[in-house]
Amino acid sequence: MYNFEFTRPTDLSVAVDALKTEGAQALGGGQTLIPVLKQRLAAPTTLVDLSGIESLKGIRRMGDMLVIGGGTTHGAVAGSGDVASAIAGLTELASKIGDPQVRNRGTIGGSIANNDPAACYPSAVLALGATIETNAREIAAADFFQGLYTTSLEDGEVITAVKFPIPVASTYQKFEQPASRFSLTSVFLAKMQDGSVRVGVTGAGADGVFRHEGLEQALSADFSASAVDGVSVSAQGMSNDLHGTPEYRANLVKVMTKRAVSALS
Amino acid sequence: MATISMTVNGKQKSGDVQGNTLLVDFLRKDLSLTGTHVGCDTSQCGACVVHVNGESVKSCTVFASACDGGTVTTIEGMANDDGTLGVIQQAFQDEHGLQCGFCTPGLVMSIADMLKNNPHPTEAEIREGLKGNICRCTGYHNIVKAAQAAAATLSGAAQAAE
Repeated sequence: MYNFEFTRPTDLSVAVDALKTEGAQALGGGQTLIPVLKQRLAAPTTLVDLSGIESLKGIRRMGDMLVIGGGTTHGAVAGSGDVASAIAGLTELASKIGDPQVRNRGTIGGSIANNDPAACYPSAVLALGATIETNAREIAAADFFQGLYTTSLEDGEVITAVKFPIPVASTYQKFEQPASRFSLTSVFLAKMQDGSVRVGVTGAGADGVFRHEGLEQALSADFSASAVDGVSVSAQGMSNDLHGTPEYRANLVKVMTKRAVSALS
Repeated sequence: MATISMTVNGKQKSGDVQGNTLLVDFLRKDLSLTGTHVGCDTSQCGACVVHVNGESVKSCTVFASACDGGTVTTIEGMANDDGTLGVIQQAFQDEHGLQCGFCTPGLVMSIADMLKNNPHPTEAEIREGLKGNICRCTGYHNIVKAAQAAAATLSGAAQAAE
């Protein structure tokens, strides 16, 4: 690992200023970034550790929204009664990320800022139509994810919170790649307050997380496993690697969606 | 170089580190606490698990500077004050929960954190809770038994204290 200057501010405005330095990089929980640094795939001159900023942490319910601070760990989300009562699918999702030690460090802001195509959180953020709040602005989930490891965040922009609309019901069905514990193909399914059904898919798409409109329309009209049977999920645009062909992943999208439907039925 | 300080196993420790110094290297090289092992150095194996501010973490994937001012517990802090084995360590010996022993420090630390959050885990919960620790000798069976025995001992001790 190349060396760098390490700074751990306790105030967000200090962190934002530090990130204006040439070559500065934000550090969330480090569960992806530290392995990346070890492989010398990144060489920041300054690392700005966000873990000392208390205002980025915490979970609160605000009316029909659940607001999770960008620096909140997966373990805190998984163990939160507020999350479990408001968005049960998020509890399932957070409790299945990595292992307990990874969950004690990794953060929701770090996960979605990285936008790994096999990460869990992007599926929930996109399916629920969450709003990503940064130090500068608010970004709709639909505009946030821009393909593999790419988001609409500007350099030095810090995710301060993710605001999730509370659905009627939700579930996360994960098909895990057992060595990495990332998603081979996983589905976040939500029944929204307006009666619509949302299907967010991670791990499958060659461009990262996506919603499947065909499945959403079919399930909005008829919330049943047989409705999933009638939908064609194309292998076009699915990832292809040694763990699964595009056809295998396309089939898994339907399998995991059916499991999600049965979990909520 | 920056000077950092933290409470390690109840004692105040400090040292000079580079920005990229990992917690595990600070513990092993600067503080000579070599009970914490480096198995993979890629966050997979869990041999390096320690507690930072009461939570189990992989010390190969945490910077030492991020723990400045914090509280760290390592395997060296798990024995009783008189030097005898702590409850979880003793359970590993009693249940033959180790063979080569390389992974054992991390497993003891993970089990300690697990039992703090869930004093009466089921076998499935124990196996789920140990997902971040890899053992290549035992097949896990006796590790699970050790965790169960430690849970029984600790809950019995808690009842006796009430």
